[in-house]
Amino acid sequence: MAAVYKFKPYNVGRWVIWSLFALVLVVSPLVFTSNLSTTMLAQMGIAIIACLSYNILLGQGGMLSFGHAVYTGLGSYMAIHALNSVSGGQLNIPVSLLPIVGGLTGMGFAILLGWVTTRKSGTTFAMITLGVAELVFAMSLMFSEFFGGEAGVSGNRVAGQPFFGITYGPQIQVYYLIAAYTFVCVALMYAFTQTPLGRILNAVRDNPERVEFIGYNTQRVRYMAFIISGFFAGIAGGLGALNFEIVTAEVVGAGRSGAYLLFTFLGGATFFFGPIIGAVLMIIAFVLLSELTKAWLLYLGLVFLFMVMYAPGGIASLIMMNLRVAKFGKLRQIWTSYLGLGLTATVMLAGAGAMIEMVYHLQLNSALGDTVKFMGATLNAKSLDSWFGSAFVMLTGLGLFELARRQFARDWGVIQTDIEKEIKRRETAL
Amino acid sequence: MSYALELRDVRKNFGKTEIIRGVNLAVHAGERVAVIGPNGAGKSTLFNLISGRFGPSSGDILLAGQTIQNKTPYEINRMGLSRSFQITNIFPKLSVFENLRCAVLWSLGYKYSFWKFLSGLKDANERTDELLEMIHLDKKRDVLAVNLTYAEQRALEIGVTIAGGADVILLDEPTAGMSKSETSRFIQLIKDVTVGKTLLTVEHDMGVVFGLADKIAVVVYGEVIAFDTPEAVRANAKVQEAYLGSPVADSQAGVH
Amino acid sequence: MEFFIISMLNGLSYGLLLFMLSSGLTLIFSMMGVLNFAHASFYMVGAYFGYTLSQWVGFWPALVIAPLLVGACGALFERLTLRKVHPFGHVPELLVTFGLSYVVLELVQLVWGRTAVDFPPPEILRSSAFTLINHSTHGLSLIWGAAPADMCSAADATIRVVCSPFPATRGFMMLVALLMLVSLWLLLTRTRIGLVIQAALTHPEMVESLGHNVPRVFMLVFGAGTGLAGLAGVIGGSTFVTEPAMAATVGSVIFVVVVVGGMGSLSGAFLASVLIGVIQTFAVAIDYSFLTLAKDMGWALSAATQENSFAKLTLSQVAPILPYLFLVLILIFRPKGLLGTRET
Repeated sequence: MAAVYKFKPYNVGRWVIWSLFALVLVVSPLVFTSNLSTTMLAQMGIAIIACLSYNILLGQGGMLSFGHAVYTGLGSYMAIHALNSVSGGQLNIPVSLLPIVGGLTGMGFAILLGWVTTRKSGTTFAMITLGVAELVFAMSLMFSEFFGGEAGVSGNRVAGQPFFGITYGPQIQVYYLIAAYTFVCVALMYAFTQTPLGRILNAVRDNPERVEFIGYNTQRVRYMAFIISGFFAGIAGGLGALNFEIVTAEVVGAGRSGAYLLFTFLGGATFFFGPIIGAVLMIIAFVLLSELTKAWLLYLGLVFLFMVMYAPGGIASLIMMNLRVAKFGKLRQIWTSYLGLGLTATVMLAGAGAMIEMVYHLQLNSALGDTVKFMGATLNAKSLDSWFGSAFVMLTGLGLFELARRQFARDWGVIQTDIEKEIKRRETAL
Repeated sequence: MSYALELRDVRKNFGKTEIIRGVNLAVHAGERVAVIGPNGAGKSTLFNLISGRFGPSSGDILLAGQTIQNKTPYEINRMGLSRSFQITNIFPKLSVFENLRCAVLWSLGYKYSFWKFLSGLKDANERTDELLEMIHLDKKRDVLAVNLTYAEQRALEIGVTIAGGADVILLDEPTAGMSKSETSRFIQLIKDVTVGKTLLTVEHDMGVVFGLADKIAVVVYGEVIAFDTPEAVRANAKVQEAYLGSPVADSQAGVH
Repeated sequence: MEFFIISMLNGLSYGLLLFMLSSGLTLIFSMMGVLNFAHASFYMVGAYFGYTLSQWVGFWPALVIAPLLVGACGALFERLTLRKVHPFGHVPELLVTFGLSYVVLELVQLVWGRTAVDFPPPEILRSSAFTLINHSTHGLSLIWGAAPADMCSAADATIRVVCSPFPATRGFMMLVALLMLVSLWLLLTRTRIGLVIQAALTHPEMVESLGHNVPRVFMLVFGAGTGLAGLAGVIGGSTFVTEPAMAATVGSVIFVVVVVGGMGSLSGAFLASVLIGVIQTFAVAIDYSFLTLAKDMGWALSAATQENSFAKLTLSQVAPILPYLFLVLILIFRPKGLLGTRET
C-alpha cells in the first residue's frame, strides 16, 4: 500500500511575525534608552495585555463591558498585598510569579461576578458591568484594610530572594519581566482565538440565537470567555502593581474602564492586533499628550466620536483596508488623494487646535500670562488677531478638507469597484 | 414502536389568542414529512415549539420517546434534533468553512474546550470538508458568509443544520425566495443530505412537496387536519375545502 | 416620627428626580434601542444652562428656556451623529453616546470651569415649604413655611421641641416631577403622536412601514428625552450643587434604575426610581451598624469582631452602594427587572 503523502507547508509567515514581535520587545529599551522611554515601554506592555484581554469580550465576543478595570484593579490589589506578604516573610513566592497571583484573583472575581453579569447580553450586559464597576469602586472607599483608603496600598518590589541576581530594583529589570509576560500572554490569547471555544465565541458575537440551535449554551460560552478575560486582566493588574509599587482606588475606577474601552476600540476591535495598537496609543496619550496640552481629553473624545462614525473598525481596519489596496497594486493611485487629505486636515486641525488651546489657556492658566505656545508659534489668548487668525486658518482648512475629501471618496470608490471586479475575475478563473 | 417525533395535543397561546389548538402528529424514523397549510396556520410556530425556541402552553412533544417540551434549544439539539430558519440565520463574519466547523464541534464532543487547536482537530476538519462538498460550496471555502449569494447562503443554512448529525431535521421553507432552477437543484441537495434522517419541512411550493415528501401534514388554523400520503391528501375533502373553499363558496363562484 | 415623614418626603423627591431622568432614558431606549450614555451629561448641561440663563433673565424663564435649549442640542446630536451610526447597530450607538459624554464634560469644564458654581434657587423657594413641629406636650403639628425661632425652642427645660423643616426646593422638585409625569402620561395616551410613540415603543419597524416618519419621530423623542433631562438639571442643579461631577454621580444610578425597573418599562422606571430614592435617603440618615445592632440586642461580641470593618460599617456609609447591590440582587432573582416586559 502506497503511503499517502500530505503536503503541509511550513507556515513561515507566522514564525516571522512572532519572532519580530519578540525582537521588538527585547530591543526597544536598547533603542529608546531614556528613563521616560523605559517607563513608557513598561506601561505599554501592561496595557497590551489589558487591552487584549478586554478585546476577548468586545471584539471576539461582542460583549461591551464598562467595568473591565474591576478585574485588572482587583488583580493589582491582590498582587500588592501578596508582595507585602513576601516582604514581610509570610509568603514565599518569587516576585516574578506575583502577576500570576493577580491573574488568579482576576479569574476568581470573574467567576464570582461573571455569573451574574453574563446572564444578559447586549445593552443590558453593558449596564450591568457599569453597575458592578460602580459597586466595586464604592466599596473600595469603604473597606480601607484591603483598599488602603485614600493613600492606597504601597509595596516594595525588591523583596524575597533575588532571581538569578535580578532584584527588580531598576526599571529595566521590571521592563523585561513585563516583556516576558507580554509575549507569553499575547501568544496565549492568540492561541485562544484558534480553539473551539474561541471560534464559538465568535459565532456568539455574530448570531447568538443560532448558536443555541447548534448545541451550545450561549450564556455558558460568554461566562467562560468572561473568566478567561478576567484571568489575563488580573495578570496585567499584577504587573502594574509591581511596576508602580503602589495601588490606589482609581485602578478600579470608571476612568480606567473607559480608557480600556476607548483605546481598544480606537486600535480596532475586529482584528487581533488592533488592541495592541490601541494600548500603545493609550500610554502615549496618557503620558505624553497630557503633558503637551490641557485639552487632550477633549481631543480624545472627539477622535473617538469620529472613529465610531467613520471607521468603526478602528485603526487596524484602516491599515488592513489599505493593505488590501496595496495587495492589488492600487496604492499608487490613491496616495496623492491621501496627501491632499492629510495636508488639508492638518491645516484645519491647526486652526481648531489653536482656538481650543487659547480657550483652555484662558480658563486654566491665565495666571501664567496671556500667551500660549502652539506648534512653534506664540499666540496671545487675549488678542483678537490670534483669534481671527486661527478661525481663518480653521475655516480655510475646513473648506479645502471638504474638497479633498470628496476627491478622495471618488478615488476610493473607483479603486474598490476595481478590486471587487478583480476578485470576481480570480474566482471564476479557478 | 416509538416514533422519531411525536406531538400530543400541543397547544400554544399568545396572550388570549390560541395559535396552536391541539396538534397531534406522529412521525416514524426516516419519514419525510412536508408540512403545508395556508399562511398564518401556525407552521412556523409549530417548528419553534418543537425546536425549543419557546415552550407550548400545554401538551407533550417527544423526541425518540423522550419529552422535549420546555427544554432549551441547545438541549434539544444535543438530543438529536436540528432546524434551519426561514430567514437565513448564519454567522456572517465567519467564512463558510468556519460556519460549518462551528456546527460540527459539539457533536464531535469538543464542547467548551480551549486547550486544543482547531487546526489540529482532524475529525472536525474532515467532516467539515465532507459537508462543504455535500452542499457544493467547496469553491467558496474561505469566503465570508455575508458575501455569498442568496442561494449559496440558503445552502450554507442547510449545511449548518445537518452538520451536527442530528437524526431529526426541521427545514423551515428552505427554498423560500429561490428561482425555479435553483429550487430543483436544492430539492436534490436536500434529498442527498437527508438520506436516512427524519425530515420535516415547511413548504409552499407544491412541486417541492410532491417531489420530496413521503407524507404530508396539512396544518390549518393551528390544527393538523390531515396527515397521509400525498395522493390521499390530494383527495381529502377537508384539505380541498381549506385550500379551495367550501362547496357553498364553490357554488357561489359557479354563479359568477 | 417627623424624621420618618421628612425623610420619606426627601426620598420621594429624590426618587422623582431620578424618575425625571430615567423616564427620558427609557423613552429613548424603548423607541430607538439606544441607551443614551450621555443622558446624565444633558442633565448637567441643563443645570449649567439654567445657571447662566437665570443670571441673565431670572430663574423662572430659565426654567422654561434651558430645557428647550438642551432638547434642541439633543435633537441636533441625534440628527448629525446618532443617525449616522444607527445602521451599524446598537453597540456603536452606545459608544457614540459614550464618546459624547467625554466631550460634553470637557466642554462644560472649558466654559464654566472645573469647580462648582453657585446656582441658587429663586427667592420664593429658598425657605421651607412647611415645618413639622414635634412638641413634647402639644404633639405633632404642621406649619406652612418656616417656623419662627420662638416656636422651635421652649423656655421650659422639660419641654422638648423639635422642628423639622421640609425645603421648598424639594417640594418644588416633586411638583414638577409629578406634573411632568402626568403630562407625559396624557401625551402618550391621549394624543396622536403619543399613539405613534407607544406603538413604536414595541414595534418600530411596523410603525415605519405604516408610513410614519420614524426618523423624525426619533429625533423628536431624543430631543424630548434630553429636554426632560435638562429640566431635571435645572431643578437638581439649583436644589443640590452644580458642578462637573454631577453627571457622574447621578449617571450610573439612573442606569441602575432602568435595569432594575426593567428595560423599556416606564412604570418600572417609576417604581425603581422611587424605591431607590427612598431607600438611599433613609440609609444616608441612619447611623446604625452591625455593632450598634448587637449592642441594642445585648449580644456579646469578641474583640476581633468588634474591630472588623464589616461590622463597624454604618448604614450611612453603605448607602452609596445600595443601588448597585439592588442591581445585583435583581439580576440574580428577577433578571427581567421589576416590571420588565421587553427582552433586549
